[in-house]
Amino acid sequence: MQDMGRDYRIIGFLCNWCSYGGADAAGVARFSQPTDLRIIRVPCSGRVDPMFVAKALLSGADGVLVSGCHPRDCHYTEGNLYARRRLEMLRRFLPIIGVDERRFEYIWVSASEGSRWRDMVTKFTEKIHELGPMPRMAEAARTLCVLDGMLGHSLAQPDMSQPGADASPKNGAMLTLDDIAGLNGKGGVNGR
Amino acid sequence: MDGEKAAVDRMAELRAAVALELPNVDFVLGYGRGFDPLHATPVAVRGEKDLARLIFDPTCVQNLATCLYGLRGKRMGLVVKGCDSRSVIQLLQEKIVERENLVIFGLPCDGVLDMAKVRVAADITRVREVRFEENQVRLLLPGGETVLSRRDVLADKCLRCRYPNPLIHDHMIGAELPAQSAEDTYADIEAFEKLSTQERFDFWKRQMSRCIRCYACRNACPLCVCKHVCLADSREPHWLSSEATLQEKWLFQVMHALHLAGRCTECGECQRSCPMGIPILLLKRKMNRELKDIFNYEAGVSLDAVPPLHTFLMEEDKIKDRGLLW
Repeated sequence: MQDMGRDYRIIGFLCNWCSYGGADAAGVARFSQPTDLRIIRVPCSGRVDPMFVAKALLSGADGVLVSGCHPRDCHYTEGNLYARRRLEMLRRFLPIIGVDERRFEYIWVSASEGSRWRDMVTKFTEKIHELGPMPRMAEAARTLCVLDGMLGHSLAQPDMSQPGADASPKNGAMLTLDDIAGLNGKGGVNGR
Repeated sequence: MDGEKAAVDRMAELRAAVALELPNVDFVLGYGRGFDPLHATPVAVRGEKDLARLIFDPTCVQNLATCLYGLRGKRMGLVVKGCDSRSVIQLLQEKIVERENLVIFGLPCDGVLDMAKVRVAADITRVREVRFEENQVRLLLPGGETVLSRRDVLADKCLRCRYPNPLIHDHMIGAELPAQSAEDTYADIEAFEKLSTQERFDFWKRQMSRCIRCYACRNACPLCVCKHVCLADSREPHWLSSEATLQEKWLFQVMHALHLAGRCTECGECQRSCPMGIPILLLKRKMNRELKDIFNYEAGVSLDAVPPLHTFLMEEDKIKDRGLLW
């Protein structure tokens, strides 16, 4: 495990009937687990609106894990089967918005699978630590940004013809809080 | 000039069809000439005297189906292009508008202008006259005539159009046209995804810094049908705050795309209406591409198709079991 000294923010949406029980079983069995995960209990994985995941990821979470009952085992018969379709769409959508799709995972863990839960959480946490912190859409220097948009790019889509031409965050007018934090010393962004 | 004669015939046919239906409807929503020869504007035809105001040419860029939600319950006629008809089908499929209240005048369309492209190609602030020819657009400007290649100024969606002919109609006006392409190649998405994750993130960060949060994209979307209870305006639950931060703007765009999963017909109104020219259609196209790949489904094509996110299969063909992979 690299970089395990620092906690990342990982949000877990766990269904009340299987995965929450599984996590509880892992606790009762006194398995040692990473401490990065913050668990939110939901009635069913079908309750997980993809917006929950999007909001978490865009608001400062470094990873999101959704866990429900195994297919065919749902307490409500079919909640996780709807969830599977929705969450798969979301997983495939994430790359276009510039979020690594590995930051989001949905898994099935039953109430008796304490050790499987431990394995899953440990592996997912390790993966997030490998990926590092989620880039932030922190506010850029505001007035400069507005001017940048108004003066240079109000016509057509100049960025589309030369993607990333000067999209570097180090580009003068686009100095962001991240950059400022970066100047003040490494890890400034994550010293939260 | 066969083309001009065909256009005149088509307008005569449209006016005759509208006149025929006028007794049965409250009004017919069509296109009329806007403030200059390059702009069209929606026109409500309520009587015979309004018929002369109807036009149809490549300046008719709007998707009139956007009005349907606000006007539901009224008995109305609607002029649609091929792409607009998909929005109508989607609204009918979701049972948001009623078929018996709607008389649809379908017009096969060979592409509409992208005004952003025209503006880049010529100074059109005082355009006097526009003539559309086979492969050219002639603009009569104060400084003389400018000829643009039609392909250069057509909207991107028209260059890859697969449904030039309305898929649903009560009156088909004019001859059917061949499609521009058989399959959507999603070349724009492919190109965009060649960038690294960080570059993509920075791209959107930059684009969102230009967003003025006017919600034109939402208001122009024919399928944004919960405008009165939109989560963007809701305080309970408080999804978005009114802070003008990049994060709030970005979350709104992501929300728009997520709420259109399996519903978006790619009419492109969100992107067209954006005053800052932010390419937000890219998000919806990505969603549609994955939808096509996983469920082989396309929104707004069939009235009785079951939307894939409203159903499930016990064993999914294209979805691998997660959690065993790592």
